[in-house]
Amino acid sequence: MSAVLEVTNIKKSFGGIHAVNGVSFDVREGEILGLIGPNGCGKSTLFNCILGQLTPTGGDVKLDGKTVTGLRPSELNKLGVSRTFQLLQVFPKLSVRENLILAGQEHQGNMGSRLFGRSDAGLTDAANQMIGFFKLDHLAAEQAGGLSYGQQKLLDAAMAFMGGPRLVLLDEPAGGVNPSMLSDLKDRLVAINREKNATFVVIEHNMEFVMSLCSRVMVMAEGKVLAMGRPDEVRKNPAVIEAYLGH
Amino acid sequence: MSNFGKTLKIVLGLAVVAALILVPMNFNRYGLFILSQWAVMTIAAMGLNLTLGYAGQVSLAQGAFVGIGAYTAAIMTTHGWPLPAALVVAIGLSFAVGWVLGYPALRVQHHYLAFVTLAFSTLAFLVFRNESWLTGGIYGISNIPRPNILGFATNRPLPFYYVCLGSLAIVSLAVWWLIRSPWGRAFMALRENPLRAQSLGVDTRRYTLMAFAIGSALGGVAGALYAPLTQYIDPVPFNLSLSLDLLMMVIVGGAGFFFGPFLGAMIAVLLPEWLRFTEGYYLMLYAVAVMLLLIWSPTGILGILDRYMAARRTKAASALRAVAKSRLETAQ
Repeated sequence: MSAVLEVTNIKKSFGGIHAVNGVSFDVREGEILGLIGPNGCGKSTLFNCILGQLTPTGGDVKLDGKTVTGLRPSELNKLGVSRTFQLLQVFPKLSVRENLILAGQEHQGNMGSRLFGRSDAGLTDAANQMIGFFKLDHLAAEQAGGLSYGQQKLLDAAMAFMGGPRLVLLDEPAGGVNPSMLSDLKDRLVAINREKNATFVVIEHNMEFVMSLCSRVMVMAEGKVLAMGRPDEVRKNPAVIEAYLGH
Repeated sequence: MSNFGKTLKIVLGLAVVAALILVPMNFNRYGLFILSQWAVMTIAAMGLNLTLGYAGQVSLAQGAFVGIGAYTAAIMTTHGWPLPAALVVAIGLSFAVGWVLGYPALRVQHHYLAFVTLAFSTLAFLVFRNESWLTGGIYGISNIPRPNILGFATNRPLPFYYVCLGSLAIVSLAVWWLIRSPWGRAFMALRENPLRAQSLGVDTRRYTLMAFAIGSALGGVAGALYAPLTQYIDPVPFNLSLSLDLLMMVIVGGAGFFFGPFLGAMIAVLLPEWLRFTEGYYLMLYAVAVMLLLIWSPTGILGILDRYMAARRTKAASALRAVAKSRLETAQ
């Protein structure tokens, strides 16, 4: 299986602090890679370097074999890379459907057709399908800001899939979500992974969620890769237990 | 929205349009001037509403763009060019300058951006005042002609009011189209959460520049109408206070609401006139009224309506959820 994402020796320093210090890994097509580690170990900084929100101090990011280091987030999104954030990032004043249309519209046509074409960019059906897929049907016309935290998390995740991405980086998707919605979220992610062969990288502290969802897990500590392997291997790794999982 | 609600909105809209066409037929010269000024300032405020209200980019330079449009129209029409040609040049020039002014917005935001645009406003005023060879300096430009539209002279106040009203109608339709298009959605995304917008593929750089350029171009349109409306311009009306007035129109009417500039311009242009019976106190009363309004509703007049509608929607949604919950419990 070919690598969708190749990260080589990525470094990011803030003054004298090396937040990410020479991290290398790859993600194969259709894989769900978990990324775990204690708070402050550099997971989100690594995401931000991969996604162009931060410029890495060193290293290289390749997407389908092509270097994409330093591209802007919007350019990366157009190449099929999508993400969610640790904190909720929906547009509260737009309805659920409008949020989803917005999430997909920049992948339709060009600036001219987006100005003079249909106001929904031809995405109402696709948005409704995504709403149904994430079981948000009864909330389609509601303002996103009025939804519960868990519902907004589902919407946040759904938005990441509207552009039909090949690679999705999810930053703590389970944070603050109740068990019933968490199960829904996991089911949806697994279904998208199987049906669309989408590739995921998931940062998460919920070990049960990560271990049951991911085919491989990478553990970070102090800006470096501490371990990488199948969930059962990582769980037994003494260094990981010492640094993160505990006894 | 129910069919009744839609019909009511259409009937109300048509009634307002009919009133704007028919009622001023009985107005005197001054009344028509004030109403024409309202239409012109509404166009300028709509531009600022696009930049500030929808795209969230602070600008204290809208008055300068009205000035650019006004001087373009004044210079060209006094040299024999027709107003439509001057309008095209005014739009193009304001768009281009607005685009360039948008670049600082890619690096600085909020009050820092306000200061950058304030500096531009001062610079534009100095050009209007000091470049006498082009602008007439402090003596300004007089005898600005009013146009002939399709063979009809618009020298008299009523026909020119219809020119201003027609222009407002065209600009309103264009802005309505724009904010309902994916561009409008992208502008709102830019305002509410640029980081998330970027991650969804929204080219925030291009949309920021577009928001500035289009908003500025509308300032240019307003200026190109202002010059033949007053038939004399000098630098004073285009100093910083015009930018602040336009900012107030947008904030008071309701930033980010389509009809906000209409209401804001009405209050800024018409309210002082209505308060003139208080003689020396009218400006003080006007200031107090604006302060009280903003204390009561920081999101402007339309913000009050929006809060009421949001409360109704929440109430209806809660009722629907309660019904769904009780059905679920009954089924169990």
